[in-house]
Amino acid sequence: MDREQLLSEIMTKDFVLTDLRLFLNTHPCEKEALTLFNDTAKEILNLKTQFESTYGPFDGRSPVSPARFDWIDDPWPWQNTKNNAGGKN
Amino acid sequence: MWIYEKKLECPVNITRPDPKLAQLIITQYGGPDGELGASLRYLSQRFNMVTPQARATLNDIGTEELAHLEIVGTIVRQLTRDVGEKEIRASGFEPFYVEHGLGVYPQNAGGGAFTAAAMQSKGDPIADLYENMAAEQKARVTYEYLLDMIDNPEVAKPIRFLREREIVHFQRFGEALNYVKEYQEKNHIFFGMTV
Repeated sequence: MDREQLLSEIMTKDFVLTDLRLFLNTHPCEKEALTLFNDTAKEILNLKTQFESTYGPFDGRSPVSPARFDWIDDPWPWQNTKNNAGGKN
Repeated sequence: MWIYEKKLECPVNITRPDPKLAQLIITQYGGPDGELGASLRYLSQRFNMVTPQARATLNDIGTEELAHLEIVGTIVRQLTRDVGEKEIRASGFEPFYVEHGLGVYPQNAGGGAFTAAAMQSKGDPIADLYENMAAEQKARVTYEYLLDMIDNPEVAKPIRFLREREIVHFQRFGEALNYVKEYQEKNHIFFGMTV
């Protein structure tokens, strides 16, 4: 998967978690939602590891390259990668 | 605390600038029913919330609103990126431009700066939760008014997503309110007073 596909996959799965988290806050014993939450959380962990091994740190506590602090690398989420060929943000 | 993730909650890829529209959408960044106010409201109120369900709901919706603030900021940024003087004049963007250039500033559509005067943290869980349900409805309506003004599907898509989240949040606050009412009844608290 290229960067965009992988990121999109993480975003989709992470949104599942965000929505389930709110649901579970007020339905803390719903078995089906609990299972889906845990399964999705595991999938995201794998996807993030996959992402970081190729495209650099994903969040503020991801390991970084020993050569340089690649956390600072573009693109940031607000930069439109579809409309920007390495130009200014 | 919070850890930043290099992603948006919902993708934003706008290829055609439209400063006039940016000047309207900015109200959901820093206006009275905007995402900054929403986040600040819930994250402040949570300190005084009762029941585990209500505390978690305020904490997590307050956090999600920060992600929404980022989405709205991104929309505004992409709608104004690289616009020239001619486009600024033609689109009526001059008042914003002379104050903020192409910066993203928390204000309402009329240019009024963000103010916490539009929100409350009342120290009363019932009052706060009712305010939050109203806040979600007001934000939903603002997104609907914005959608009336939006023709570009690249902009409409994330705005529709944000509108839908307001409906989900309204539902969750309603459920949290039921837990708080149940808790207060059990503890013989009647509208904040122990009886």
